[in-house]
Amino acid sequence: MSNPLRDMEHPDVIFAIGTNMTECHPVAATRLKKALARGARMIVADPRKIRLASLADVYLPIRVGSDVALLLAMAHVIERDGLVNWEFIEARTAGGDDFLTHVKQFTPEWAAGICEVPAADIERAARLYGEGAPSAIYYTLGITEHICGVDNVKSLCNLALMTGNLGVEGGGINPMRGQNNIQGAGDCGAIPNNYPGFQPVDDPGNCAKFSTAYGREIDCERGITKVTALDRCGMDEDGIHAMLIDGENTVVTDPDKNHCEHALKSLDHLVVIDIFLTDTAELADVVFPATAWGETDGVQTNTERRVQRLRQAVRPPGEARPDWWIISQIATRMGVPGFEFAEAKEVFNELCGLSPIYAGLDWDRIADGEYQWPVPEAGHPGTPRLHEKEFTNGRGLFSIIGYRDPAEVISEEFPVWLTTGRRLQSYHTRTQTGRSAGIEYLLPNETLEVNPDDAAAWGLENGAMVRMSSARGSIEIPVKVTGMSPKGTVFTSFSFANVPVNVLTGSGYDPVTQTAELKVCPVRIEAL
Amino acid sequence: MTGLREQRPADRVLEMTLDGEPVKFTEGETIYEVAERHRKDVPTLCYDPRLEAFGACRLCVVEVEGVRNPVASCTTPATDGMIVKTRTAILEKHRKTLLELVVSENRNVEVDELSGYASQELTELVDRYEARTGRFAGKQSGTTNDADRNPFILRDYDNCISCYRCVRVCAEQEGDYAISVMNRGFATQITAEFGRDLRDSQCTFCGQCVQTCPTGALGDKKALRDAETPGEVRKTRSICPYCGVGCSVDLLTKGEKLVGVLPAMDGPANEGALCVKGQYAFDFVQNADRLGKPLIRRDDGELHECEWDEALDFAANGFKEAIAKHGRRSVYGVASGRAPHEAAYTMQKFIRAGCGTNYIDNCSRA
Repeated sequence: MSNPLRDMEHPDVIFAIGTNMTECHPVAATRLKKALARGARMIVADPRKIRLASLADVYLPIRVGSDVALLLAMAHVIERDGLVNWEFIEARTAGGDDFLTHVKQFTPEWAAGICEVPAADIERAARLYGEGAPSAIYYTLGITEHICGVDNVKSLCNLALMTGNLGVEGGGINPMRGQNNIQGAGDCGAIPNNYPGFQPVDDPGNCAKFSTAYGREIDCERGITKVTALDRCGMDEDGIHAMLIDGENTVVTDPDKNHCEHALKSLDHLVVIDIFLTDTAELADVVFPATAWGETDGVQTNTERRVQRLRQAVRPPGEARPDWWIISQIATRMGVPGFEFAEAKEVFNELCGLSPIYAGLDWDRIADGEYQWPVPEAGHPGTPRLHEKEFTNGRGLFSIIGYRDPAEVISEEFPVWLTTGRRLQSYHTRTQTGRSAGIEYLLPNETLEVNPDDAAAWGLENGAMVRMSSARGSIEIPVKVTGMSPKGTVFTSFSFANVPVNVLTGSGYDPVTQTAELKVCPVRIEAL
Repeated sequence: MTGLREQRPADRVLEMTLDGEPVKFTEGETIYEVAERHRKDVPTLCYDPRLEAFGACRLCVVEVEGVRNPVASCTTPATDGMIVKTRTAILEKHRKTLLELVVSENRNVEVDELSGYASQELTELVDRYEARTGRFAGKQSGTTNDADRNPFILRDYDNCISCYRCVRVCAEQEGDYAISVMNRGFATQITAEFGRDLRDSQCTFCGQCVQTCPTGALGDKKALRDAETPGEVRKTRSICPYCGVGCSVDLLTKGEKLVGVLPAMDGPANEGALCVKGQYAFDFVQNADRLGKPLIRRDDGELHECEWDEALDFAANGFKEAIAKHGRRSVYGVASGRAPHEAAYTMQKFIRAGCGTNYIDNCSRA
């Protein structure tokens, strides 16, 4: 998030797109509700009539995967109606002229045909966002899990740049991170393109710094993503033959389950570290028992870049050990030096020494969780709000974006849009919430949410079992008739093992990030 | 009850006399807030600093010079030159009488501390004012809802004192309006829409009503399963393990058992709020399915428990063999978005220092 969570109580206009925040980030959503109670207005763009939609001033039930068209048309209206913040554009940005010329062709009427919402509503949304003082954007995986995920994010940046809604209280562009430490995994350099602290691996200076720190030469070229790695498992040329997976139930969470299972099975050596024997761990040659939350000391970073401490409260079961200890032991036994860590504190402090955004932090300093990175040196108060004075790279760059259809679109064979997501009461593959007493009282099983008109047309009643098929496979699932789903679009979560929806997904990937288009999958539904 | 406190201008510094001492305050502060800042320990039951002041319990009354009757300090703004007394014989007698009345309507005054964050407030005040006199023994108000079988929220309204904190936290903090009030006076009853179970209302089971209840009328059913478990309740500050908001929590343990979770009122991300997962989905940690020994795949094709040394050597040798046979770019590391920094950091170091590649990723692409 560019802005701190507390800023969520202060926007004049809220633009929530592709975020089912009351279910996926409920505590953050309470702050938006407080802003609304204070008089803030809200635009919600989401194919499903989620709770936020019922609180919105303008609700845009756009067709899945049509976000870029909506955002281009909003930029068009903001430019046409003179809502551009010229002062900000001139002082802080680059590429504004080209962008403002580019958007002249994308009228609300054009977007209405793609997004399947009235042009007048797009106009209202654009003017509301453009006039907000300030306006804040919130998004989640509804924006990123598309083949055009990067385009979606850049389109949102364009809106914020052209209206000057960056670096101000109650404004900004705010992705809500979905996992407790997914931000931290990136902070720590567990990505193929960056060392810890988002230092690019293809910068020779960084490469030399880490080669020296780790005592061995490291490639100065980017690694491959997990998606590519799974594609290359067991291949003769450039193949991946051994994999170390920590705490991820890859075969259930990733798209195209059958492909993923096949990939892991074709490895010579698969080592999994986890707290349960997950479907993924079942495929491993060795499984290590890790300590869980509540059993280990450590650090995690939240969605507002706040670096916070986790603490051990109880003893782990049996002989379970911390992940860092297990990985360090494997490295040491391979003869790799530099893994002589005695406690979590030493690991974190080593990270701080190598990461410019953590340079002012150490284990003791973050005891109360008061710092949001970047914290460039000791004594620095941290950075709750990014881009206040200047952008990291100097000027904020506009991007020229065009609309593209999803990787697969509905057809005679697969005439219904499937979109997937989470539910309030369960988390991911239920390895945790499924083992917590009482949760099943609130959410006993998975259902496929179908619009009442569709249910009537397809001859389905509440609870009816259907077979849902995509180009990759099929699953069986009971129907829940609900107005939450728009006509022609169905929804389910990926939480329940008996409804492995990721058998169906995997139609395409964003070319830059290789994030899968989990939010769009044409399907066929047949009554059983 | 829907509005929220406005941001206060903090520029003008004013002065009042509090129990004989001159004290400074800023415009917009209530007498109660000024008194709290000076540790006057004015008693309250209907007050939650996160909520709009309500002025229902009348325990926070203070004497203001020039005003004939005591005023509720929580709803009265401090003004320049005001002379306030927070603890006089008359006020203390008044407070004791109020507490005697409150207690007379309740079945229990002692409640288990596992009931919730604020559950000891009434008990502590009754002890402080020695109000267990039984002077007003009579009818009890509130009817416990035993019919709601939900596994999380105990609805023991026999212990309700109609402070409305649950109703207000649901409306003001959560914006859910799942809880409301039925009837008036002695017959006042906290209820959900149409008297139905919470599951059939707008309730999201965030547990905020439980945590603000000062009497244990609303209790954490899940934590209370361990009311009889021996041992002191210990608190450990940590962060919720679910989404990326990063809510601060206090883990409640008895001995080596994790028995519950409390929201941290001073948590920077959540300021006391939690959701159903953070509040109630904690016991996966001590589930019987947890792995406690390394597992290794033997010749029969099955995974078997083994000792750490064997498993670690086997894992290390497998990577060494892959590098020897297929080169250093044949090894890949996947870090977790769920495990702490130390896991992700050592994982990327394992790949970079161990293989000299950047063949490392995490689960954010899924």
